This record gives sequence, C-alpha cells and structure tokens, in this order.
Amino acid sequence: MKLITAFVRPDRLAAVKEALFKAGVQGITLSRVSGHGGQAAIHEQYRGSTFLVEFHEKVQLTIAVSDSFVGPTIDAIVRSARTGEVGDGKIFVQPLERVVRIRTGEEDGDALTPVGAPAAAPA
Amino acid sequence: MTRRPSLVVAGALAAGPTTLVRAQSAAIPPAPAGDIAWMLTSTALVLLMVVGLAFFYGGLVRRKNVLNTMMMSFVALGVVGLTFTAVGYSLAFAPGSTWLGGLDYVFLNGLNTSTAAGLPSLLAFCFQATFAMISAALISGAVVERMRFGAYMLVIALWSIVVYAPLAKWVWGGGFLQQLGALDFAGGTVVHINAGVAAAVLALVLGRRRDYGRKAMLPHQVPYTLLGAGLLWFGWFGFNAGSAQAANGLAVLAFANTLLAPAATLVVWALLDLARDGRVTAVGLATGLVVGLVAVTPAAGYVSPGGALAIGALAAVPSYLLMLWRARSRLDDSLDVFAAHGVGGISGALLTGLFASRAWGAPVQGGLEQLGVQALAVLCALTFSAVGTLGVALLVGRLVPLRADAAAEAQGLDVGMHGEEAYTDGEGALLLPATRLEPRAPAVGVPAGSEA
Repeated sequence: MKLITAFVRPDRLAAVKEALFKAGVQGITLSRVSGHGGQAAIHEQYRGSTFLVEFHEKVQLTIAVSDSFVGPTIDAIVRSARTGEVGDGKIFVQPLERVVRIRTGEEDGDALTPVGAPAAAPA
Repeated sequence: MTRRPSLVVAGALAAGPTTLVRAQSAAIPPAPAGDIAWMLTSTALVLLMVVGLAFFYGGLVRRKNVLNTMMMSFVALGVVGLTFTAVGYSLAFAPGSTWLGGLDYVFLNGLNTSTAAGLPSLLAFCFQATFAMISAALISGAVVERMRFGAYMLVIALWSIVVYAPLAKWVWGGGFLQQLGALDFAGGTVVHINAGVAAAVLALVLGRRRDYGRKAMLPHQVPYTLLGAGLLWFGWFGFNAGSAQAANGLAVLAFANTLLAPAATLVVWALLDLARDGRVTAVGLATGLVVGLVAVTPAAGYVSPGGALAIGALAAVPSYLLMLWRARSRLDDSLDVFAAHGVGGISGALLTGLFASRAWGAPVQGGLEQLGVQALAVLCALTFSAVGTLGVALLVGRLVPLRADAAAEAQGLDVGMHGEEAYTDGEGALLLPATRLEPRAPAVGVPAGSEA
C-alpha cells in the first residue's frame, strides 16, 4: 500500500479528477494549498507598491492505494495535470503501514477497495 | 397631463439647446426646482446601477476572475463617459437627419446650465451619459473570463459611438423610430435589446471559454449577485422614473410600475423554478428581478400598475426558457445577457404595445396595431445592433487580439491580466523596494509643501 500525495494546478483539477475516476481511483482527499517550487513569482501591484507573490495556489490530492494501483494512479495524474510549463506540480509516493475503514473496521486491502466494487484487485 | 413627457418631450429635453429654440415658440416654462432636483437624483441613481451590475456579474464568475469582471463594468464609466462627451451625445441628440445627429454638441459645445426654458441642457447630457455607460457595461456579462481587457475597452468605446448613439437618435432624438410612433419610455430598445444583442454577437465572435461545457463553472459569491440585483433595482427607479424628465405624476407612475413589475417577475420565476426542480434558487431570483426591470423599462410611463404586473409576470417565461436552452447550447453568453436583457427587452417592447393605456397617459392605446409598430422597432434595433456590433468586433479583432491567452485564462484574468487578486491574505508575498518611485528632493528655492 502506498500513500500518494500530488500537487497540481487548480485549473487542471477537473481533468485530474476525471482521469483518476477513469483509472478506478475514487478515494481522494483534496486540499487547497500554497506552494513554492520552480515556478516564477507573480508580480502584483496595489496602490503603487509592487509585491512578489512567491507562493502559488495549488491543489493537493491525497490518495491511498493498494500496490497494483500505484502505477495507474501516477500515470493518470501525470497525463491529466501536465501542461509542459514550469509549475505543473509534483507527486510523492510513500509507504503506508495500515488503513482502517471506520464504518466497518475493515483493514488494509479491504479498506482500500471502493464500496460496491468487486473485492479482487485489478490487474 | 399638462407636462406629459412623451418621447417627443423627452427627445426635446435631451436635445438640449434646441429646447431653447423651441422655448421661444412653444414657451417652455423655466424648470421647477423640484424637477431639477429629481433629475440630478435620478442621474446619480442610474450611475449606481453600474456598480450594482459590477456586483451582480462579479458574484456569478469564478473567484479567479472577479476583479476583471467587476472592472469591466467600472471601466465603462470612464471609457463611455469620454466617448459620449466627445461625440456620442452629439450623434444621438444634436440636430441632424432622422438617422444621425449632427456635430453641434461635440465635446459638450453649446450645453449650459440655464434653467430658463426647461431643464438645463448640461443636466440632460449627464442623465443620458449614464444610460450610455450602463448599456456598454451590460455587454460585458457575455464575454467574461476570457476577453483581453484592452480589447474590451476599445470595443465599448467604438460601440458607444457607432451603435449606441445612432440607436438613441432613432428612438429618442427625433429619429425615424420615434416618428414611426414606437413606444420606449426609458430605453428598453436602446439600452436593453441593444446591449443584449451586442452581447450575443460579441460572445460569438470571441468564442467560448476553454472550460465551457467541460468543467463546472460555479458562481463564486452568490451574495454579491443578490446585492447587485438589489442595487440595480434601487438605481432603476432613477432610470425609469427619471425618464419622466420631471418630478410629476408621470414619474410616480413609472416609479410604481418599476416597483411592481419585478415583484411579479420574481414570483413567477420562483414558481417556474419550483415547477422545474422543486426548489427556488437565489441566482434565479436575482436574475428574475432583473428581467422584470428590463421588461417594464419601455412600458414604465405608459401602462397602468396592473399592466406593469402583467408585463412583469409574462416576461418571466421567455427569458426563463431561453436561459435553460442557452445553458445547454454552445453559445457561451456567459452571464445570459441576451436572455435577460435582449429577450426581456423584446418581451417588454412587445407587451408595451399591448398594454399601453391612454387613461394612464400613453400617447396611443395598446392593441394589435401598436404591437406591429413595436415589433418593427424591435426588428430594426435587433438588426442594427447585430450588424453594428459585428463590425466593431471584427474591426477591433484586426487591430488587437480579442482573447486572453490560454495560460492567463487558466490562471484567471485577475492575476493573469491585472496582477491583482480579489481574495488574498498575502501569505508569502514579498514587498519589492520602490527605488524608482522615491520622491525627488524639491528644487532649490521652493519651500517644502508649497505644492499642497
């Protein structure tokens, strides 16, 4: 099991979500975050003062998947979030020790299987 | 009915200095202080509508475009204020042919503050200028979230001269539609049908937003939209009751009708919402009340209060249906300017022809004949506005790009085009030292502070 954390452009979110759903990934947590990376700072002007806004609005997606889903999930995000310009974001993959579904007490693989989907992991 | 300002009188007032000429023959009495006070107030009220419109539109777009959208209304105050002063007012209201006014009032030449014969011509100009401003601002709702700001300024500057001014001449300035007997009390044709058609044409020329039909694009601040709708209604009392050109019974009638028609539209809109979905929506109510205001605009001084209620109620239906269709269509008239102002204006113009009442001061009794005259005026306005706006848009499109580039559209036009954000806590922002802007030391011999 892996915990996938992805940072993408806010305006790519709809495309990313669609791609993830198509890949069979439905458990997604979304947060609006500000991040600094390689993207050039924005100049903003308010009443004669110039400000350099160095943090850019990003959307953070947090996704827990079983091992067989790691590749498809990353592929889906990369494909849908990429514009080719600096600032497209990053994906972090970390090992995940344990997962518990609160409603049923199911753990790990069972807890990661979407409700209503066949229990078997995809190829 | 001693001072029933039919369109002819409205035209005479708007025509400014010619009022003086006519005064000598028709003996127009000096303007009562009450009339001047009411017209000053009305002018300020119409100006406030532009602010209301900025909030109405601003609430309906996504948060990354709210400043750009609101600025489109605000900049119209400046741009059209200048073009109307320079030539627009003259082309609309100076003596000329029945098609176009002359150049007598270019740069306010000949206008004055004399109250000796009717209202001061400078006051007539101010009142008319606010109408031109709101008309241009209305168009912006169709092009939000994708148009380049400079191109927009150029389009409304030209539009106010090439499209708005001639149409104002035809309907109010003694032009051929006025002579035909078309009834338009406060500008249903000149302002609303005109702006509605122009909006649809401009949306077509510009093309759809890149996210249109692909992504959910939700209104980011519906309370703004309700606030804007309320301000529009408040300002509209100046728009309609001010079009009486006097503080008299006619103004009272227009005022009452402006109160009643949107009330009826609002209720019918709510019922349509209920029938369709079982729920009444806030954006729906805000839109419905604007449609009611649009529809009663040409009728305000010509129909009974009961007639105004009927017009408000009936006008809800076509606009509502068109909005449902538009949302499923490929026409990205983003904030439904055509459905609200174009179709609302057409409904209002036609219904004015049916409900006009001599007993309430209309110059003709409503009926099928007047309906025909109204329909002809609507057709003329539709055609002229569509062709004129198309010409303006294509011309400007040859001079400068009309659309923001894809990156700015994705990022949002507030940051992408203006370098500002509507809602920011400034976290992580860095103040750049303003070295270039350091004030220079005062010249020798000039005492400090002498400039103040």
